[in-house]
Amino acid sequence: MDVLDVLWRLLAVLIAFLVLPLLVGQAEHKAMAHMQGRVGPMHAGGFHGWAQLVADGVKFAQKEDIVPGGADRRVFQLAPAVALLPYLVVLIVIPVGDGDFVGQSVDAGIFFVLAVMGVGVLGSLMGGWASANKFSLLGGLRTAAQLMAYELPMLLAAASVAMAAGTLSLPGILDAWQWWWLPWQIIGGLIFFTAGLAELQRPPFDAPVADSEIIFGAYTEYTGMRFAFFLLAEYAGIVVLSALTAVLFLGGWHGPLADGLGWVWMLLKTAGLAFVVIWLRVSYPRLREDQIQRVAWTVLVPLALLQIALTGVVKVVIQ
Amino acid sequence: MPVPGSGLAKGLAVTLRTMTRRSVTAHYPDVQPELPPRSRGVIGLFEENCTVCMLCARECPDWCIYIDSHKETMPAAAPGGRERSRNVLDRFAIDFALCMYCGICIDVCPFDALFWSPEFEYAETDIRDLTHERDKLRDWMWTVPEPPALDPAAEEPKEIAAARKTADKLAAQEAEQAEQGEQAEQTEQADQAEPGREGDA
Repeated sequence: MDVLDVLWRLLAVLIAFLVLPLLVGQAEHKAMAHMQGRVGPMHAGGFHGWAQLVADGVKFAQKEDIVPGGADRRVFQLAPAVALLPYLVVLIVIPVGDGDFVGQSVDAGIFFVLAVMGVGVLGSLMGGWASANKFSLLGGLRTAAQLMAYELPMLLAAASVAMAAGTLSLPGILDAWQWWWLPWQIIGGLIFFTAGLAELQRPPFDAPVADSEIIFGAYTEYTGMRFAFFLLAEYAGIVVLSALTAVLFLGGWHGPLADGLGWVWMLLKTAGLAFVVIWLRVSYPRLREDQIQRVAWTVLVPLALLQIALTGVVKVVIQ
Repeated sequence: MPVPGSGLAKGLAVTLRTMTRRSVTAHYPDVQPELPPRSRGVIGLFEENCTVCMLCARECPDWCIYIDSHKETMPAAAPGGRERSRNVLDRFAIDFALCMYCGICIDVCPFDALFWSPEFEYAETDIRDLTHERDKLRDWMWTVPEPPALDPAAEEPKEIAAARKTADKLAAQEAEQAEQGEQAEQTEQADQAEPGREGDA
């Protein structure tokens, strides 16, 4: 692998990182609007408001960058980058197509991905602590509690797939994947997706941001580009979560007539899951903080353990 | 007992179904709204009907109507008679920054000089520009729609009912008179046919 090849791959990942979250954001604008009987943005860019997020970006760039007087300056300014960059790093190792169609294949792929995604949540924690604002602190603490509760079922669900495939490498898992893994790992898939939603603080698990009760939690004091980075991190997180769920539980680039066109299947699955993320946001009200914790510890963790047991039993039986 | 989790599925179904339906958004600046009949947009002045009776200005709850007028005399209709005087309208203005669209002025006008128009796009950037003079109010008369047709089973309009009543009464009177005339004729004929009957009795 020469330098040029690496640069090309990094550029492709960067472009995907900048474009896909915007597509998800625009899809959310439109899908959410139509689910509520509205039409959403219609003017920016002329045709059905396709340039709405570009216009939003311009607006954010024009705003003044404010750091509150009592804030911990360095931590406060660093937080959006900590929230955003991990998702860029994760995108590098997610396989899109058959063979070498991946930014960089990592042997301990699942391990790497879950570890780095955990870092992204630290951005909210840092922002919540450094803002010197009680609502931000509440949001940060809720984020921390949610991270603790949902990281466990997420890891257990991912471990189940790793057990089934006998490898931690993401391309390795896809190589081993068979269609009947779909029903076999369905519980794990649902747990992984739900826990991922909770880690992204997407509705209905958005108690840490909860704009109507703690006014956007950790992001209360942010304006301009730094706030935009937090928003972008949320949508990049949706892309990463959908792609990971597609790879681990839906077979990634596997699909009918997938010869050479596997990446289309991968993109379709990712887009479908991203739509589900939006759909869930529109359909369900926000869970209370105690309900969020109860769901994690009394439902998801036992189910994840059940999935691991099921995976182990089937694995032993077929050997 | 409902299946556990059926509520969650129902919620998803509702939003998905709504997404497949047409949205209810009104695309206002691009598409004009279809306003219901008798919409209260702005007040138009049919100044040819105005007699400067001042009823509208006096009944207006927030005093937003300005009327100026003077008197003119016209030569007497018959020689040796008194000169006729009449009011001439000099200014008629409505301050729409004050107007609360109660419509009392329109109700109270005895000469049908004020009308509701559905026209509503007359925002201004300065509150003082919201006082509109008679030429603007007269222009708005052109936007007044003709009154909507009556509902199928509606009572007939008062004017027509009154006219019909009068006409029926007149017809009944005429018929009665004709009958009485006939009867009178018949008795006359009978009298002629039997002459000297009174004398017999």
